[in-house]
Amino acid sequence: MAATATAGRAIRKAKAQETITAYLFVAPWIIGFLLFIGGPIIVSFVLSFFRWKVINTPRFIGFDHYAAMFTTDDLFLHSLGVTFRFVLYSVLLGNVIALSLALLLNQRIRGIGVWRTIFYLPAVVSGVAGSVLWAWMYSGELGIFNNLLIAVGLEPQAWLWNEQLVLGSLVAKSLWNIGVPMVIYMAALQGLPQDLYEAADLDNAGEWTKFLSVTLPLISPVIFFNLVMGIISQIQTFAEPYVMTKGGPANATLFLGLHLYENAFHFLKMGYASAMAWIMFLIIFVLTMGQFGLARRWVYYEGQSS
Amino acid sequence: MTASSTSLRNVLLGNRFRRGLLKTVYIYSALFVYAVLFLLPFYWMLNTSLKEPLRVFQIPPDWYPNPVVFRNYLDAWVSDRTDIAAEIPVYNYAKNTAIITVNGVIATTFSSALIAYAFARMDFPGKQAMFLGVISTLMIPFTVLMVPQFILWKNLNWLDTFLPLMVPYWFGSAWNVFLLRQFFMTIPLEYDESARIDGATHWTIFSRLIVPLSKPALGAIGVLAFVFFWNDFLGPLIILSKPQNFTLTMYLANFSVAFVRTTPWHLYMAASLTIISPCLILFFFSQRAFIQGITITDFKR
Repeated sequence: MAATATAGRAIRKAKAQETITAYLFVAPWIIGFLLFIGGPIIVSFVLSFFRWKVINTPRFIGFDHYAAMFTTDDLFLHSLGVTFRFVLYSVLLGNVIALSLALLLNQRIRGIGVWRTIFYLPAVVSGVAGSVLWAWMYSGELGIFNNLLIAVGLEPQAWLWNEQLVLGSLVAKSLWNIGVPMVIYMAALQGLPQDLYEAADLDNAGEWTKFLSVTLPLISPVIFFNLVMGIISQIQTFAEPYVMTKGGPANATLFLGLHLYENAFHFLKMGYASAMAWIMFLIIFVLTMGQFGLARRWVYYEGQSS
Repeated sequence: MTASSTSLRNVLLGNRFRRGLLKTVYIYSALFVYAVLFLLPFYWMLNTSLKEPLRVFQIPPDWYPNPVVFRNYLDAWVSDRTDIAAEIPVYNYAKNTAIITVNGVIATTFSSALIAYAFARMDFPGKQAMFLGVISTLMIPFTVLMVPQFILWKNLNWLDTFLPLMVPYWFGSAWNVFLLRQFFMTIPLEYDESARIDGATHWTIFSRLIVPLSKPALGAIGVLAFVFFWNDFLGPLIILSKPQNFTLTMYLANFSVAFVRTTPWHLYMAASLTIISPCLILFFFSQRAFIQGITITDFKR
């Protein structure tokens, strides 16, 4: 009896020890979360109910900021629309191109490493350097795109100065940076079981049928993953409009991030910017949850009954 | 594909061998067209950066630089500039970026590994809830956090110092914690158990067993972090205001502002190419790490 009690105490002591060690390992996460994520988010929630321009003392104004977003600040809803349209086209087209490249590279071709390097390369120059380069390629008389158009007898375009065209120009630039989803699709395609394709061959299924009824369902979790990650990253687009268009012309590329940046750091409306950040957070939250809800309808998980 | 077009194709192509050949031609032509489109911007950057100043403004533009002017690279970094920032030697921007990048790579890799180890290998109350917390912060974009964090840095008097761009990364990053946890879980538990029987502590198992076995994954996290910190723009932009604190991306974004007349695109491209070169070189030498870093995720979770 005494022996088991001692053993029990020893085990309990070891368990307590283990818990303490575990907390020491995760302590950086807990501290970091409280200091740099959770804490600031709560503070900014409180601040969103105050008018605060950094130098003065904050003054309570209730829901005025939230109301202003949908009434007096026409640019908020506008920037939301700009961001939505950009994210929609850039993520959808980007995934189509990434998947088609991955499918091409999955066809037992020579020099796969070289091809992959070429298509991934732009992903390491995203941000400012890529934006500067594309601004130069899009420039009026000197830009390469216009000179190519002229060479084949077409009208040159004001890529970045035409309100109707500019968002499309930024989407096109974003399609240059699809290296990450492409590599993820490549890995997924390589892991597909061959027996299903052999069965499809026995049924004399064509390439397109095989793609639609075997490949697509099998990689649907990966498509879902790439769509979610794509939306989260593209919704944050900042360097491209900041460098290439400054949000213009006529606010046609005023992305949410840029609008928030200007309010916070040019006009120093910290309270208002906090309220905007909160709305942005809610939008992303709803969007992501919505995607998870929708995913149940079209994502196929192997070996899962529910 | 209708019956008539299939038979037409059979007539045109004859046997199976030729059809396979045609498919190969299709695949390589498609890849070639894509490759040209993806490489064209790089070529245009290189081409412009080596042109004689006057020829940059020639219409239509030359498809290759003639003569080749390597001096542009020197000019981009030293002369021809009329702003206040010109008083600051360019290596200073490079130094700032290097400090932030090196700290970031070490900090995020080390701290994320430590946290991931606890989630992969230890039992403690609140573990599930905390891991859910890690996953859900993946959804929070920096744009949402920048205002609240800015207020924090202001109150700490950290604005216009490197601290806000260095300190937070010592507390793990959600994405890296998640990736490393997935990777650690693929290492057989038996290894730990035999080490534990020999009296090894968790720290020993982590530093002597898990870390050495996870070198490829840690390298992958490291190279991706390098590219992130090197290219980061919004972070430094809101924190740093004195020109001597600027990073390379801020310098590049302000580059054209420094010139009174038209933008000297040849210099701009020379500066851009120099700035992206560390990322390009790193990518060429550690491609496998990049690919692995992107694909450690287990989708069938």
